[in-house]
Amino acid sequence: MSALLRHRLTWPVLALVLLLLLNQLFRADFLSVRIQDGHLYGSLIDILRNGAPTILIALGMTLVIASRGIDLSVGAVAAIAGAISCMYIYSSPDPSSWQTAAMGVTIAVVAGLALGLWNGFLVSVIGIQPIIATLVLMTAGRGLAQLVTDGQIISVSNDSYQAIGAGFFLGLPIAILIAAGAFGVAGLLTRRTALGTLIEAVGINPVASRLAGIDARTITWTVYVFSGLCAAVAGLMISSNVTAADANNAGLYIEMDAILAVVIGGTSLAGGRYSLVGTLVGALIIQTLTTTVYTLGVPPEATLVFKALVVIIVCLLQSSRARTLFRQRRRPVTEQSQVKVAI
Amino acid sequence: MSESTPVVDMKGISIAFPGVKALDGVDFRLFPGEVHALLGENGAGKSTLIKALTGVYAVDDGTITVLGARQSFGTPAEAQAAGISTVYQEVNLCPNLSVEENILLGREPRRRGGIHWRNVRRKAEEVLDQLQLGHIDPRSVLSSHSIAVQQLIAIARAMQVEARVLILDEPTSSLDADEVQQLFSVIRTLRDRGVAILFVSHFLEQVYEVSDRMTVLRNGRLVGEYLTADLPRMGLISKMIGKELDALAELEEAESRRQPDRAERTPFLQAEGLGRKGSVRDVTITVHAGEILGLAGLLGSGRTETARLLFGADRADQGRLSINGSVRTLRTPRSAIDRDIAFSSENRKEEGLISDLSVRDNLILAMQAGKGWWRRVPRSTQDQLAEQFIETLDIRPANKDALIRDLSGGNQQKVLLARWLITEPKLLILDEPTRGIDIGAKTQIQKLISGLASGGMSIVFISAELEEVLRLSDTIAVLKDRHMVADIPNDGVTMEDVMTVIAGTGA
Repeated sequence: MSALLRHRLTWPVLALVLLLLLNQLFRADFLSVRIQDGHLYGSLIDILRNGAPTILIALGMTLVIASRGIDLSVGAVAAIAGAISCMYIYSSPDPSSWQTAAMGVTIAVVAGLALGLWNGFLVSVIGIQPIIATLVLMTAGRGLAQLVTDGQIISVSNDSYQAIGAGFFLGLPIAILIAAGAFGVAGLLTRRTALGTLIEAVGINPVASRLAGIDARTITWTVYVFSGLCAAVAGLMISSNVTAADANNAGLYIEMDAILAVVIGGTSLAGGRYSLVGTLVGALIIQTLTTTVYTLGVPPEATLVFKALVVIIVCLLQSSRARTLFRQRRRPVTEQSQVKVAI
Repeated sequence: MSESTPVVDMKGISIAFPGVKALDGVDFRLFPGEVHALLGENGAGKSTLIKALTGVYAVDDGTITVLGARQSFGTPAEAQAAGISTVYQEVNLCPNLSVEENILLGREPRRRGGIHWRNVRRKAEEVLDQLQLGHIDPRSVLSSHSIAVQQLIAIARAMQVEARVLILDEPTSSLDADEVQQLFSVIRTLRDRGVAILFVSHFLEQVYEVSDRMTVLRNGRLVGEYLTADLPRMGLISKMIGKELDALAELEEAESRRQPDRAERTPFLQAEGLGRKGSVRDVTITVHAGEILGLAGLLGSGRTETARLLFGADRADQGRLSINGSVRTLRTPRSAIDRDIAFSSENRKEEGLISDLSVRDNLILAMQAGKGWWRRVPRSTQDQLAEQFIETLDIRPANKDALIRDLSGGNQQKVLLARWLITEPKLLILDEPTRGIDIGAKTQIQKLISGLASGGMSIVFISAELEEVLRLSDTIAVLKDRHMVADIPNDGVTMEDVMTVIAGTGA
């Protein structure tokens, strides 16, 4: 029991379950999933589908944070990817064919990889602090996206393209399948190979890692490229869902949601040990929270404050120091306090 | 030394970490005006006891009484407020602040809401003068001083709070003989003023020179408390390691080793005038297979810098390096490792350990790095290697899943050694592999080094202890003021001979 209480995923999972139950209390059909026209429908499916971009970006962010970095540019990269693909489709001679959509998607993904390379270059080769290096692209990226779309919102009508964010396959939304696929690949790639351990080693002690012969530069570079890729795909989902590219608002503040998801999932911002499953739970908590706001009928002006309250509660639950303080007040016997900085 | 009331009285202290019982019912007393040495092997519980006293760890069981009042410090700050100051082995100051700022950090005299800088300087000068450190400019930046001076400044900081208890954890490990004497005179001054001093050191001569009383721990348990004058050195050692003296003597006996034949083969590594601007110069050495090359010299003479050049941790910009007969430029540690060179840094914490990973992950790290991230060392191989090296090197606790930060210094050192042994290097560079390690583990490591060389491995061995260098090395390269001054074959060379070279003006 005490081992369960100490497990770093216990509290986030508990918070997620509580949130879901809270919704069920207010809406009796909340947890039910029904089949309609061969597709799965229901609030749970909505949460997964709407959360897919955040999950994807948080996935990339987890590895970046594990390597002791941070990537603030993901929202901007998502906007650029959406802008590029929509602009390509919009200006092509055959804007509704699947080939055009495929080409647009490919170019956008390549752009995402290139932007990830740029971030990785600044951090690992030039040695700029990650928060500054990615801040460059966070700011400049929105401008780039606006240049691509010429400052307009570009609407496209292409069924294949729309399928990415809004389509179904085997009864499930394609966005969920993509996120799940990316999740599985990342999990296999980091845990079946040594990549995960090496990222953690670099995140915990870069100097010792270099002396142990780890090519820290390549590892660091790789995580930023992966983050760029995740952000680009998330950007495609977002723009596909609304069949338009909005350079200003697509993926706005999504970097904050992603960082939050990572932290709620138990990965320390100081780098090192990370948990992909934790990040998944964290992202789901954030998305469920957004849904909860609507279910409860929280007035729109109080939404952000409400979200912040829930987040702080989850973080306090996770902090061993906060728990110790809380316990000490009830029971004067001192527990062995863990000397860990809680975030 | 009267049996007055103790300043600190710890009774029945127990602390457990996951998988380890670090302290088990330990009693400890500290009287005003005494220097009390805390002794024991690595992992005996010395650091844990200190951390319990200073509020870093909360105790699971037992009581701590300070100046007659029961205390349970939640943080080091609370302990400090109660008059207990600690100077740790690694200097815990802010290198980018000035000396005076460091001495008074957090306790700056204030005036009208701001810091009264003139008083800051006056107080800093006062305390520096008391410690006969008046020559240090309080305005100079801390990092501009040597580690030894920084250590003394850390003590000055501790004394500035009017501490009743001063804890010195391995304060001499990076000091040279003169600096040690300077430190001791400071310690004696403080003792005469009634400060209770808890002194932890691996150097037994120093313990006998400066302490009045000693407490010995072994495996987390109290062995006993003795007056220094009553316990002869050999008695102390046997109490520390819990073995009969015969067994110890046997362990100490160095194995006789086949002398490597220098003329026979091409040397494994050859450096000619190797150097780096601002680091070291004129490093000309030759290491054959199965040969141990010792690097001797004072602190700051360029020993570590030489090792870093040989390993590619720093890039050489002068001279030539050939490995196995062909000239190479080592740009990164990676390129050195690919040529079968390994380097164990003197700086365990910053340059060795991946603290949050397990013993197994740490052991396997260099091997995994060599294979690249794509080819993961299979879990079964990892487990097998971990178990094998935990057994051969007697790593305790024998738990491959324990986090390495929970191990004691000596055991961490063994893990780092094993990390390189797993990669089966042809040349192993060891920078202070025995520093801060107790006698038992030290002899084990010395034997291991000698055994590895017999097996054909080349070794570059660095140690501040000249005696150790002489005992192990086939050849001794002497460094002085950041350049190499001599290369002495070790056939009947005495300590005095080497010291003459170190002290001499020319070579």
